[in-house]
Amino acid sequence: MLTDPRLLVGHGTSDDAAVYQLAPDLALIQTVDFFTPVVDDPFTFGQIAAANALSDIYAMGGQPLLALNIVGFPSCLDTEVLRAILRGGAEKVKEAGALLAGGHSIQDEEPKYGLAVTGAARPAGIWSNAGARPGDELIPTKPLGTGVFLTAYKVDLAPAGEFAPVAACMARLNAAAAAAARAVGVSACTDITGFGLLGHAYELAAASGVDLAIDLAAVPFFPGARELARQGLVPAGTYRNREYLTGKVELPQDLPDELSDLLFDPQTSGGLLLAVPAPKAGALLDELARRSVPAARVGRAEPVAGDTPRLRVYG
Amino acid sequence: MEEKRVDARGLACPLPVIRTKKAIEALTAGKVVTIVDNPVARDNVAKLARSLNLPVAVAVEGNNFVLTITKEGALVEPAPGPETAAVAQAERSGRGTVVLVLSDAVGRPAEELGHILTKSFFYTLTESTPAPAAVILMNGGVRLSTEGSEVLASLKTLEKQGVEILSCGTCLDYLKLKDKLAVGNISNMFTIVEKLLGAEKVVTIS
Repeated sequence: MLTDPRLLVGHGTSDDAAVYQLAPDLALIQTVDFFTPVVDDPFTFGQIAAANALSDIYAMGGQPLLALNIVGFPSCLDTEVLRAILRGGAEKVKEAGALLAGGHSIQDEEPKYGLAVTGAARPAGIWSNAGARPGDELIPTKPLGTGVFLTAYKVDLAPAGEFAPVAACMARLNAAAAAAARAVGVSACTDITGFGLLGHAYELAAASGVDLAIDLAAVPFFPGARELARQGLVPAGTYRNREYLTGKVELPQDLPDELSDLLFDPQTSGGLLLAVPAPKAGALLDELARRSVPAARVGRAEPVAGDTPRLRVYG
Repeated sequence: MEEKRVDARGLACPLPVIRTKKAIEALTAGKVVTIVDNPVARDNVAKLARSLNLPVAVAVEGNNFVLTITKEGALVEPAPGPETAAVAQAERSGRGTVVLVLSDAVGRPAEELGHILTKSFFYTLTESTPAPAAVILMNGGVRLSTEGSEVLASLKTLEKQGVEILSCGTCLDYLKLKDKLAVGNISNMFTIVEKLLGAEKVVTIS
């Protein structure tokens, strides 16, 4: 594989974005993300897709600077729908303090929307998946369960009162969580998206060379998520995520199916997953609370007990 | 015996689940036979049946899975089975009710009476089922979760029953009680608003 010393972070550690050193004190971060509509309201869809794309910049420890729209749209749909999607995206880019400088659209039977985002950071301030050390505490910054909720939503089985906070949470930027992490200092950071909590926790464990012990009782789920999983409103991604991690994760005996499903639930626009040295964990939780980011410790890193890094869920 | 067939081959999730659910609901008594062509749909339809406490049999037919769900009369609530403590606690909590407490003395004008009422209210809450999902304490209410409070024992009992006890951080700060929290967790306006908006019912004590 060709390597270039200026590529500080590439695909090798399953990280969230590409990081390229431009100058001794300046690194460029680049990422791209787009998907098909997850909610009926186009403005909300735009917000969620944009927040999702911007998240990767925050997960690397950087500041978003510039974004470009990526659009697929059918010619038969009212362009007012597209305008609403783009307004939603533009609002999030503005909230992130970045510039929306254009983009590209193609005719497509199925609407799609997202962003290509460029950010920057000081090379010394880049967070990757690979810095967690034994003793570090694990802290996610959003609850889990968007997968079952979006599945239920497709067939009108998601109670409106329970779904609204989920949609609001998906539309939320990870800016505040990243700012808290920057203020206190973290060992490693990733964001929780399609591979679910366990999938992304495993990426962190493998890249860092640690085991992770996760306390099931501490893992935050959206209210109502468990019931939807019980009813079988489980996305296909959950099964793929579980299969991928066969042999790499130890689960409690008699774990109810629905809790297992939620641990592997693919997230859309999820929160950050932070690894922080234990002495700083309290300060980090305080900083997160100050910025209105609900968060809690869900586990800790341990030295690798076997041949390769593994996850152990207990409780 | 009435039989409804649901051909869910080629349908993306969650359509197999929803179509099966509708067929079950439309049936007074009989069988629903659902055919799917992938293991994800097979597992999800099986989960649906189990969540409704209906027996389900799965057979393989070539590249497809055939699930036969039997419904005998009206659906009954699932009987309690072996559960982990966490599951039992979660089921016991009235998932949808949040109690919002805005002062440490219920009502006006008599403050002494207010304190007596508060103590009585929380004691009675510990004896009531289902327990609420959460108790949120704001302004003077945070005096109830801090050292010296007369309702600490009740709050601790509620906590053991699986009720979240949340005390507003800003309020604790303002009243200089942050390091005197004796039960539950410090919360923030974001979480509090989320819980209030997400609740099926909010009971306010002021």
